[in-house]
Amino acid sequence: MNRYAVAAIYKFEMARTKRTIFQSIISPVISTSMYFIVFGSAIGSRITEIGGVSYGAFIVPGLIMLSLLTQSISNASFGIYLPKFTGTIYELLSAPVSSFEVLLGYVGAAATKSILLALIILATAHFFVPLEIAHPFWVLLFLVMTAITFSLFGFIIGIWADNFEQLQVIPLIIITPLVFLGGTFYSVSMLPPFWQTVTQFNPVFYLISGFRWSFYEVADVSLITSLCVMSGFLAVCLLAVAWIFKSGYQIKQ
Amino acid sequence: MQPIIQITNVNKVYTSGFKALDTINLAIKPAEIFALLGPNGAGKTTLISTICGIIDATSGQITVDGKDIVSDFRHTRGLIGLVPQELATDAFETVWTTVSFSRGLFGKKPNPAFIEKTLKSLSLWDKKDNKLIELSGGMKRRVMIAKALSHQPTILFLDEPTAGVDVELRKDMWQLVRQLRDDGVTIILTTHYIEEAEEIADRIGVIKNGQLILVEDKVALMNQLGKKQLILDLKEPLTEIPSSMADFNLQIKNDGLQLIYSYDTTNEHTGISVLLQHLSASSIAFKDIKTDQSSLEDIFVSLVRETT
Repeated sequence: MNRYAVAAIYKFEMARTKRTIFQSIISPVISTSMYFIVFGSAIGSRITEIGGVSYGAFIVPGLIMLSLLTQSISNASFGIYLPKFTGTIYELLSAPVSSFEVLLGYVGAAATKSILLALIILATAHFFVPLEIAHPFWVLLFLVMTAITFSLFGFIIGIWADNFEQLQVIPLIIITPLVFLGGTFYSVSMLPPFWQTVTQFNPVFYLISGFRWSFYEVADVSLITSLCVMSGFLAVCLLAVAWIFKSGYQIKQ
Repeated sequence: MQPIIQITNVNKVYTSGFKALDTINLAIKPAEIFALLGPNGAGKTTLISTICGIIDATSGQITVDGKDIVSDFRHTRGLIGLVPQELATDAFETVWTTVSFSRGLFGKKPNPAFIEKTLKSLSLWDKKDNKLIELSGGMKRRVMIAKALSHQPTILFLDEPTAGVDVELRKDMWQLVRQLRDDGVTIILTTHYIEEAEEIADRIGVIKNGQLILVEDKVALMNQLGKKQLILDLKEPLTEIPSSMADFNLQIKNDGLQLIYSYDTTNEHTGISVLLQHLSASSIAFKDIKTDQSSLEDIFVSLVRETT
């Protein structure tokens, strides 16, 4: 294991967050705070409790998940796309570093950044709503697994993308709608039967449901189902990344 | 002496069908400066990129320090430093950060003293906290070299190292390359500046259309292929070469005021003294005499033309 290389990539990526603190941390925190104000305070005051949880508190896990998913993808995709764009990837390709070590550096840094952000948002939520965490271990497990899975997904997008527009298109067109339609702001049981069925095909719905259960023991599906879906998506991402490194897709000529 | 790099029957065919490398065989000796010359698109960068692991060869084998570059990539890549042709840099990083990053990436533990020494040797020390975006092209080129040297490689690839740099920096770089060679580093450089190869290389390789058409010791190459000319500035214009000197390879130039004799330096007798006797006998007086030898550039141009 080339641990110095892993540490170099990890530190390099983490340092980028420090340089872009507004974009990486402050901006997502402000956006999420707006959600708390608009949905939690303004609209939430007109909605009764859901599953015994106040509306403001109910949306907290979904909002954390929204930031976690989008930031994991954004951090990892940007992290690997930038060397491709600037041409500095030559150094990565000519270094005595394995594909796994490259992945460990980039995905590790992207996941760390998004987990830190999630924790900051969780702390921010305390200012707006009374929070309780029923199962801290499961909260942490969901945070870590989701951050790793979607950082891997972001890494794949970063490898696939040929320009900055492609880098943004998947998060904007696919991920954000999936999060919004995955039960961030409502319980799926509030939807008409047809849309309840449609929601079953949204993988993000299972993540939010499982994550929310960790807070309030309130969920749309069982914890095991959530874990299975998340593990399945993680496995798919790992297989895709393994294929990318083996084939050299979009990396080597 | 075992070659530090051994390239055997290496081919590279891109997915488009373009054959960039065609059965390349080459052995690089330890601590030599090898200059790879060739026109644009000849395959110089592809060959370097293949040895460094950036591009996969379609077939053939490359060993570095006796180890295969694919199965023993950790060992072989750890020995190599690469300065690419393009000034690819992380614009918003500082000089210190980017050079330290390179050292870590190549598996070496942090060594601020060595990074400091490297930056000082490249006159970059006072720029260590500057972001790369603030540096001139020449300074960025130095940073690229510092990055390549940060992990103390024993083989250094320089792909067009002095492209777009001023004369002073070019000479500084030549000095650095010589110093590295003296320290035991093997240097492989590609260049468009023939004078660069002529100035610093020990051996020359010429690549064209993906084929290595020549590999030769520089001095031997110039001796083998170098023509020498004796140029005589005449006092009176000469209209035609006297029949007594018809056997000499002579040309009249400059409205008859210059007589040029081309001869082979490798011949036992150059024929100069006999020619001078003939000139005296024919009462052809001259006011000045000088010699001129073909440069590596002449040789390169003629080689590339011959294989077209």
